[in-house]
Amino acid sequence: MTAVEAIGSSLGDDSAVRRRDDSPVLRMSETEAAALGDVPAEHGDTRMLVNMGPQHPSTHGVLRLMLEMEAETVLRSKPVVGYLHTGMEKTGETLTYLQGATNVTRMDYASPLFNELAFSMAVETLLEIDVPERAVWIRMLMSELNRISSHLLFQATNGLDMGAVSAMIYGWRLREDTLRLFEKITGLRMNHNYIRPGGVAADLPDGWRDDLLRLTDALPDKVDEFDTLLTGQPIWRERLQGVGIVNAAECLALGLTGPLLRSTGYDWDLRRDMPYLAYDEVEFDVLVGTYGDCFDRYAIRLNEIRESLHLVRQILDKMPGGDYRIQDKKVTPPPRARIDQSMEALIHHFKIFTEGFKVPEGEAYAAVESPRGELGCYIVSDGGPKPYRLHMRGPSFVNLQVLPHMMANTLLADTVAIISSVDPIMGEVDR
Amino acid sequence: MLTPVLALDPLLLGEVGLSEVLIVLLKVVVAFAVLLVSVLFMVWFERKFISDMQNRIGPNVAGPWGLLQTLADGIKLFFKEDLIPDRADRFVFKLAPFLSLVPAFLIFAVVPIGGDFSGGEGSDGVVTLWGHDTYLQVADMPVGILFFLAMSSIAVYGIMLAGWSSGSKYPLLGSVRASAQMVSYEAALGLSLATVLLKTGSLSSHDIALGQAGGFGFGDLADWNVVATGFVPFVIFLIAGTAELNRPPFDLVEAEQELVGGFHTEYSSLRFSLFFLAEFMNTVTMSAIIVLLFFGGPAGPALVGPAWIWGLIWFTAKLMVFLGVFVWFRASLPRLRYDQLMDLGWKVLIPAALGWFLFVAALDLGANRGWNRWVIVAVAVPAMLVAMAMVVASVSSARHSRLAHEDHEGAF
Repeated sequence: MTAVEAIGSSLGDDSAVRRRDDSPVLRMSETEAAALGDVPAEHGDTRMLVNMGPQHPSTHGVLRLMLEMEAETVLRSKPVVGYLHTGMEKTGETLTYLQGATNVTRMDYASPLFNELAFSMAVETLLEIDVPERAVWIRMLMSELNRISSHLLFQATNGLDMGAVSAMIYGWRLREDTLRLFEKITGLRMNHNYIRPGGVAADLPDGWRDDLLRLTDALPDKVDEFDTLLTGQPIWRERLQGVGIVNAAECLALGLTGPLLRSTGYDWDLRRDMPYLAYDEVEFDVLVGTYGDCFDRYAIRLNEIRESLHLVRQILDKMPGGDYRIQDKKVTPPPRARIDQSMEALIHHFKIFTEGFKVPEGEAYAAVESPRGELGCYIVSDGGPKPYRLHMRGPSFVNLQVLPHMMANTLLADTVAIISSVDPIMGEVDR
Repeated sequence: MLTPVLALDPLLLGEVGLSEVLIVLLKVVVAFAVLLVSVLFMVWFERKFISDMQNRIGPNVAGPWGLLQTLADGIKLFFKEDLIPDRADRFVFKLAPFLSLVPAFLIFAVVPIGGDFSGGEGSDGVVTLWGHDTYLQVADMPVGILFFLAMSSIAVYGIMLAGWSSGSKYPLLGSVRASAQMVSYEAALGLSLATVLLKTGSLSSHDIALGQAGGFGFGDLADWNVVATGFVPFVIFLIAGTAELNRPPFDLVEAEQELVGGFHTEYSSLRFSLFFLAEFMNTVTMSAIIVLLFFGGPAGPALVGPAWIWGLIWFTAKLMVFLGVFVWFRASLPRLRYDQLMDLGWKVLIPAALGWFLFVAALDLGANRGWNRWVIVAVAVPAMLVAMAMVVASVSSARHSRLAHEDHEGAF
């Protein structure tokens, strides 16, 4: 009997049996793990439990992994989440629909605009309103810019996790360019509260076209630097190719979406397959991989930056004029100047900002293709000004399920590569 | 007579009196101070240089151009709480930083940092201090290079024991990696060194420098071992040396993204700073050793002024180049994985170093016996190719049988 089994029998349950199974998932409770820590290892029992995170440099925030290791090899593992739990979904039930965007934007903090978009789309479905054309295109523009900044963040963290420190700085430097543009358009670098039910918070500022053109002109060359620095680099390829392989069937069984699913060669992108906004009016390619390994995911994300730039250029050309939010006084507040002139405007303003607008009873689900996969927002309304229930389908949370399967029988260094290639944002995982 | 065993320095060949002892002591103090100050600047240089490569400014607050940043960091570390984990083996835990620091100092003792190696008349690297002839190095041991290998082996103990005695899992993994990595790369290091020793015919560092100090016309650069030994040993030595230093891309021992802090995860305060100091000191000494072994050490043409100053200048200039190369590695290369590191060491570097050593030995032997050089090449190259094919074949067949074995296991 090994020490692991000894603990199982001393705890008087079937945990010893469970621990002997061949599944890549480590099924062991905190109590068992803690008890195991005090048992002296027996001769020949070379396995050890290593706790990776929540305070670990490369667990992307506060992900925690319990690893059962034999020397450097990870045999089984168990992701533990909840260290960043902030109760945002529950908080959402106490906030009006107008305040809701402020709340959800903090979930996936690397791509906040997608949270707002999914939330707004779900609310708009319940309200049965159509947002103006210009608002749709602004939303699309912001989504694609956000996808770029999010994937740049991935390039930075992925590089850092592999020990390529320069890639980190390059990624963050480029991301800074997009964030600067966000600041100009939305007023904030992150947590914008820009996309709201009924449209967007403000029209694009003066000179936005020049700023965007500058960005789209400068970025491609700088993105090519990643190719120069990493893509062809033999060590980089050795580290990523053939590491963390999944196949399409596993992805579908676990509900994985986004670059993870596409890396297996499964051609699925909500933008094309379930078009929302105006994605059916622009041209873009959906990038898929072949082997489903970390390198494919790296390459997909790198090329999605280029594809998004391609989309941004098209949006620039096709950006229509008109209103940036719906002129429905029950949903969007009146212009500031109208409040001094119109009694009705003052009442609308007062009602929206105190009670909030009422949304018809019903439920709605809206999904968008976030940089991490399918980001869905499910809202149940009881007819009041606040959601009865708000739930976000976070792609990071679902994608994390695959970790033990990818990590079984890999080396410790591979686990870092794998976590990095799943690209989880813990704010979205724990919500 | 004991002195020739201790050192070949002309200072110690005659009567050893008070003045000789004082000169030796002075050299020790100077070497110690130079090394400490060079570490101070190396840290600054590394941070500034890598900042330039990454489009950022780097340290710029403490002192002019941030020059005093390292000093500020050192003072901060000095005032940190010194933690010893409950489960640590207290004695070994305290001993380990010194095991790692002291060899770093000692290696520098055998490096000639200056002197007249201009290749002209009477340029034998001897300087005269207060009427005594001596070398510009702390000790010129007859076993100098072996001493270097021995000290770098001892440095492994510092890292290994630090990780082992911490009583924690990440440091333990780090120390296991350290011992495996440094032991295997020491083999490659030694084998590539053997070629240099074959050319020089001496283990004394002074002789190695002197052997490379030819004239400095255009064709005379062939005197430098990097050319004389045919580049391959230099490349292997550089790679193995980087691994020996635990510097990127071979910094698996303290891979922050995997092992948090590696072997020094549990260290804080001064004990941590000793490791830090040792690491950068090792970088400086390893660069000095590379310069000595392959690029003539202080050898270089003397222009104006006393020739021994030019030795110092050339040495420093070459040293800077290699310090820059190490930073450059760090800025541009991702980290290798543990098994890839081992593969590179055992399956590529060691066979290549061994093969090249035998090839150079055969050429030397042929030159002594008056054999036709081209015949030797014609025999040796196919022989090496056959050996290479055998290595590749054995590696791949071992891999196949291992995979088959794993498949078999997986079938259960």
